[in-house]
Amino acid sequence: MTFEEIKRILQQKTVGIAGAGGLGSNCAVALARVGMGKLIIADFDMVSEDNLNRQYYFYDQIGRFKADALKENIQRINPSVTVLSHNILLTEINIPVLFRDCDVIVEAFDQAGQKEMLIEAAEIAFPEKPLVIGLGVAGWGKNDIIHCRKVDNMFICGDEVSEIAPDMPPLAPRVGIVANMQANIVLEILLNQTNDR
Amino acid sequence: MKISLNNNPETLEGTSITVNQLLKLKNFTFKMLIIKINGRLIQKEDYGTATIQDGDDVTVMHLISGG
Repeated sequence: MTFEEIKRILQQKTVGIAGAGGLGSNCAVALARVGMGKLIIADFDMVSEDNLNRQYYFYDQIGRFKADALKENIQRINPSVTVLSHNILLTEINIPVLFRDCDVIVEAFDQAGQKEMLIEAAEIAFPEKPLVIGLGVAGWGKNDIIHCRKVDNMFICGDEVSEIAPDMPPLAPRVGIVANMQANIVLEILLNQTNDR
Repeated sequence: MKISLNNNPETLEGTSITVNQLLKLKNFTFKMLIIKINGRLIQKEDYGTATIQDGDDVTVMHLISGG
Protein backbone atom coordinates (compact mmCIF):
# COMPACT_ATOMS: atom_id res chain seq x y z
CA MET A 1 0.00 0.00 0.00
CA THR A 2 1.18 3.53 -0.69
CA PHE A 3 1.06 6.11 2.08
CA GLU A 4 -1.89 7.76 0.29
CA GLU A 5 -3.80 4.44 0.36
CA ILE A 6 -2.87 3.93 4.02
CA LYS A 7 -4.08 7.41 4.93
CA ARG A 8 -7.38 6.86 3.11
CA ILE A 9 -8.04 3.81 5.31
CA LEU A 10 -6.86 5.37 8.56
CA GLN A 11 -8.97 8.52 8.00
CA GLN A 12 -12.04 6.36 8.64
CA LYS A 13 -10.70 4.90 11.90
CA THR A 14 -10.98 5.82 15.56
CA VAL A 15 -8.50 4.81 18.25
CA GLY A 16 -9.03 5.20 22.01
CA ILE A 17 -6.00 6.12 24.12
CA ALA A 18 -6.50 5.26 27.80
CA GLY A 19 -3.90 7.33 29.62
CA ALA A 20 -1.78 10.16 28.20
CA GLY A 21 1.51 9.48 29.96
CA GLY A 22 4.66 7.96 28.50
CA LEU A 23 2.90 5.27 26.50
CA GLY A 24 -0.25 7.18 25.56
CA SER A 25 1.32 10.48 24.51
CA ASN A 26 3.99 8.86 22.31
CA CYS A 27 1.60 6.31 20.83
CA ALA A 28 -0.97 9.01 20.02
CA VAL A 29 1.63 11.18 18.31
CA ALA A 30 2.79 8.26 16.15
CA LEU A 31 -0.81 7.51 15.15
CA ALA A 32 -1.44 11.19 14.41
CA ARG A 33 1.62 11.40 12.15
CA VAL A 34 0.35 8.55 9.96
CA GLY A 35 -3.08 10.18 9.65
CA MET A 36 -5.47 8.45 12.03
CA GLY A 37 -8.97 9.85 11.58
CA LYS A 38 -9.94 10.27 15.21
CA LEU A 39 -8.18 9.86 18.56
CA ILE A 40 -10.15 9.71 21.80
CA ILE A 41 -7.72 10.53 24.61
CA ALA A 42 -8.51 10.35 28.32
CA ASP A 43 -6.36 11.19 31.33
CA PHE A 44 -7.14 12.93 34.64
CA ASP A 45 -3.57 14.06 35.27
CA MET A 46 -1.62 17.26 34.61
CA VAL A 47 1.82 17.63 33.08
CA SER A 48 4.61 17.82 35.66
CA GLU A 49 8.34 18.39 35.27
CA ASP A 50 9.23 14.78 36.06
CA ASN A 51 7.01 13.60 33.18
CA LEU A 52 9.28 15.27 30.63
CA ASN A 53 11.87 12.46 30.75
CA ARG A 54 9.56 10.40 28.53
CA GLN A 55 6.20 12.00 27.81
CA TYR A 56 5.37 14.01 24.69
CA TYR A 57 4.98 17.38 26.40
CA PHE A 58 6.97 20.55 26.60
CA TYR A 59 8.38 22.52 29.52
CA ASP A 60 5.88 25.34 28.97
CA GLN A 61 2.98 22.86 29.30
CA ILE A 62 3.70 22.01 32.96
CA GLY A 63 0.47 22.34 34.95
CA ARG A 64 -1.81 21.78 31.95
CA PHE A 65 -4.17 18.82 31.68
CA LYS A 66 -2.34 16.11 29.74
CA ALA A 67 -5.26 15.25 27.46
CA ASP A 68 -5.64 18.92 26.43
CA ALA A 69 -1.90 19.48 26.04
CA LEU A 70 -1.61 16.34 23.91
CA LYS A 71 -4.48 17.49 21.70
CA GLU A 72 -2.66 20.77 21.17
CA ASN A 73 0.62 18.99 20.30
CA ILE A 74 -1.12 16.64 17.88
CA GLN A 75 -2.87 19.51 16.15
CA ARG A 76 0.50 21.21 15.65
CA ILE A 77 1.78 18.01 14.00
CA ASN A 78 -1.26 17.03 11.94
CA PRO A 79 -4.33 19.28 12.07
CA SER A 80 -6.38 16.80 10.02
CA VAL A 81 -6.67 14.44 13.02
CA THR A 82 -9.83 14.87 15.10
CA VAL A 83 -8.85 14.71 18.76
CA LEU A 84 -11.40 14.34 21.53
CA SER A 85 -9.61 15.05 24.80
CA HIS A 86 -11.23 14.07 28.10
CA ASN A 87 -9.69 15.39 31.32
CA ILE A 88 -11.28 12.66 33.41
CA LEU A 89 -10.39 9.67 35.52
CA LEU A 90 -11.30 6.55 33.58
CA THR A 91 -13.45 4.07 35.49
CA GLU A 92 -15.31 0.85 34.73
CA ILE A 93 -18.41 3.07 34.39
CA ASN A 94 -17.18 5.55 31.76
CA ILE A 95 -14.83 3.24 29.78
CA PRO A 96 -17.68 1.41 27.99
CA VAL A 97 -19.25 4.75 27.02
CA LEU A 98 -16.13 6.69 26.04
CA PHE A 99 -14.51 3.98 23.91
CA ARG A 100 -17.65 2.42 22.42
CA ASP A 101 -17.04 3.67 18.88
CA CYS A 102 -13.30 2.97 18.79
CA ASP A 103 -11.89 0.43 16.32
CA VAL A 104 -9.02 -0.28 18.72
CA ILE A 105 -8.28 0.67 22.35
CA VAL A 106 -4.75 1.38 23.54
CA GLU A 107 -4.09 0.68 27.23
CA ALA A 108 -1.50 3.25 28.23
CA PHE A 109 -1.74 3.53 32.00
CA ASP A 110 1.11 3.68 34.46
CA GLN A 111 -0.19 1.80 37.52
CA ALA A 112 -0.81 -1.96 37.46
CA GLY A 113 -4.14 -1.56 39.27
CA GLN A 114 -5.36 0.88 36.62
CA LYS A 115 -4.23 -1.46 33.85
CA GLU A 116 -6.17 -4.28 35.48
CA MET A 117 -9.30 -2.12 35.80
CA LEU A 118 -9.18 -1.01 32.17
CA ILE A 119 -8.53 -4.47 30.74
CA GLU A 120 -11.37 -5.95 32.82
CA ALA A 121 -13.79 -3.17 31.87
CA ALA A 122 -12.88 -3.39 28.19
CA GLU A 123 -13.05 -7.20 28.11
CA ILE A 124 -16.50 -7.13 29.71
CA ALA A 125 -17.89 -4.34 27.52
CA PHE A 126 -16.09 -5.21 24.26
CA PRO A 127 -14.82 -8.81 24.31
CA GLU A 128 -14.07 -8.70 20.57
CA LYS A 129 -12.52 -5.24 20.28
CA PRO A 130 -8.74 -5.21 19.81
CA LEU A 131 -7.00 -4.03 22.99
CA VAL A 132 -3.31 -3.08 22.78
CA ILE A 133 -1.61 -3.30 26.18
CA GLY A 134 1.75 -1.87 27.31
CA LEU A 135 3.42 -4.10 29.86
CA GLY A 136 7.00 -3.93 31.14
CA VAL A 137 8.72 -0.71 30.08
CA ALA A 138 10.97 0.37 32.97
CA GLY A 139 14.71 0.93 32.88
CA TRP A 140 17.07 1.03 29.92
CA GLY A 141 18.73 -1.35 27.46
CA LYS A 142 17.47 -4.92 27.07
CA ASN A 143 16.07 -4.23 23.61
CA ASP A 144 16.11 -7.94 22.86
CA ILE A 145 13.50 -8.95 25.44
CA ILE A 146 10.86 -6.44 24.32
CA HIS A 147 8.22 -8.27 22.33
CA CYS A 148 4.62 -8.30 21.25
CA ARG A 149 2.25 -11.24 21.61
CA LYS A 150 -1.42 -11.79 20.89
CA VAL A 151 -3.86 -13.41 23.31
CA ASP A 152 -7.33 -13.50 21.75
CA ASN A 153 -8.30 -9.85 21.23
CA MET A 154 -5.39 -8.59 23.40
CA PHE A 155 -2.02 -7.54 22.00
CA ILE A 156 0.62 -7.28 24.74
CA CYS A 157 3.67 -5.06 24.04
CA GLY A 158 6.69 -4.78 26.36
CA ASP A 159 9.02 -7.16 28.16
CA GLU A 160 6.35 -8.15 30.73
CA VAL A 161 8.95 -8.20 33.54
CA SER A 162 10.52 -4.74 34.02
CA GLU A 163 8.41 -2.97 36.63
CA ILE A 164 9.05 0.61 37.69
CA ALA A 165 10.88 1.12 41.00
CA PRO A 166 13.02 3.92 42.50
CA ASP A 167 16.13 2.40 40.90
CA MET A 168 14.24 1.37 37.76
CA PRO A 169 12.55 4.51 36.39
CA PRO A 170 10.57 4.68 33.17
CA LEU A 171 12.71 6.55 30.60
CA ALA A 172 12.11 7.97 27.13
CA PRO A 173 13.91 5.36 25.00
CA ARG A 174 12.33 2.20 26.35
CA VAL A 175 8.88 3.71 26.99
CA GLY A 176 9.03 5.22 23.51
CA ILE A 177 9.91 1.85 21.95
CA VAL A 178 6.89 0.19 23.56
CA ALA A 179 4.58 3.13 22.78
CA ASN A 180 5.60 2.94 19.13
CA MET A 181 5.20 -0.85 19.15
CA GLN A 182 1.66 -0.26 20.35
CA ALA A 183 1.08 2.22 17.52
CA ASN A 184 2.61 -0.25 15.07
CA ILE A 185 0.23 -3.01 16.18
CA VAL A 186 -2.71 -0.59 15.85
CA LEU A 187 -1.70 -0.01 12.23
CA GLU A 188 -1.35 -3.73 11.60
CA ILE A 189 -4.82 -4.39 13.01
CA LEU A 190 -6.50 -1.57 11.09
CA LEU A 191 -4.74 -2.13 7.77
CA ASN A 192 -5.18 -5.93 7.90
CA GLN A 193 -8.87 -5.55 8.78
CA THR A 194 -9.31 -3.58 5.59
CA ASN A 195 -7.25 -6.03 3.50
CA ASP A 196 -9.28 -9.00 4.76
CA ARG A 197 -12.56 -7.42 3.83
CA MET B 1 -6.42 -33.55 32.74
CA LYS B 2 -4.44 -31.58 30.21
CA ILE B 3 -4.75 -27.83 29.80
CA SER B 4 -2.85 -25.09 28.07
CA LEU B 5 -1.49 -22.49 30.51
CA ASN B 6 -0.03 -19.40 28.84
CA ASN B 7 0.50 -21.47 25.70
CA ASN B 8 2.39 -24.23 27.56
CA PRO B 9 0.88 -27.71 27.95
CA GLU B 10 0.22 -28.66 31.60
CA THR B 11 -0.98 -31.93 33.09
CA LEU B 12 -2.98 -31.56 36.31
CA GLU B 13 -4.57 -34.09 38.64
CA GLY B 14 -8.34 -34.53 38.64
CA THR B 15 -10.94 -33.51 36.09
CA SER B 16 -11.66 -29.96 37.22
CA ILE B 17 -9.97 -27.19 39.21
CA THR B 18 -11.07 -23.71 40.25
CA VAL B 19 -9.11 -20.63 39.27
CA ASN B 20 -8.08 -20.09 42.91
CA GLN B 21 -6.80 -23.67 43.14
CA LEU B 22 -4.79 -23.22 39.94
CA LEU B 23 -3.25 -19.96 41.23
CA LYS B 24 -2.21 -21.71 44.46
CA LEU B 25 -0.90 -24.78 42.65
CA LYS B 26 1.24 -22.74 40.27
CA ASN B 27 2.35 -20.24 42.95
CA PHE B 28 0.91 -17.22 41.17
CA THR B 29 1.24 -14.70 43.97
CA PHE B 30 0.84 -11.44 42.05
CA LYS B 31 -2.13 -9.35 43.13
CA MET B 32 -2.82 -7.76 39.76
CA LEU B 33 -3.91 -10.42 37.34
CA ILE B 34 -5.98 -10.88 34.24
CA ILE B 35 -7.27 -14.42 33.82
CA LYS B 36 -9.00 -15.79 30.76
CA ILE B 37 -10.38 -19.27 30.13
CA ASN B 38 -10.89 -20.02 26.44
CA GLY B 39 -10.73 -16.32 25.66
CA ARG B 40 -13.33 -15.28 28.23
CA LEU B 41 -12.37 -12.95 31.09
CA ILE B 42 -12.88 -14.39 34.57
CA GLN B 43 -13.78 -11.67 37.06
CA LYS B 44 -12.12 -11.61 40.48
CA GLU B 45 -15.27 -12.51 42.38
CA ASP B 46 -15.55 -15.69 40.31
CA TYR B 47 -12.04 -17.06 41.00
CA GLY B 48 -13.46 -19.37 43.68
CA THR B 49 -16.18 -20.81 41.46
CA ALA B 50 -14.97 -20.62 37.84
CA THR B 51 -13.59 -24.02 36.87
CA ILE B 52 -10.94 -25.15 34.44
CA GLN B 53 -11.49 -28.46 32.69
CA ASP B 54 -9.64 -30.81 30.39
CA GLY B 55 -8.66 -29.13 27.14
CA ASP B 56 -9.13 -25.57 28.39
CA ASP B 57 -6.89 -22.76 27.21
CA VAL B 58 -5.96 -20.63 30.22
CA THR B 59 -4.20 -17.27 30.19
CA VAL B 60 -2.80 -15.75 33.38
CA MET B 61 -1.32 -12.31 32.81
CA HIS B 62 0.62 -10.44 35.53
CA LEU B 63 0.14 -6.70 35.44
CA ILE B 64 3.13 -4.58 36.39
CA SER B 65 3.41 -0.82 36.71
CA GLY B 66 5.07 1.51 34.23
CA GLY B 67 3.95 3.59 31.33
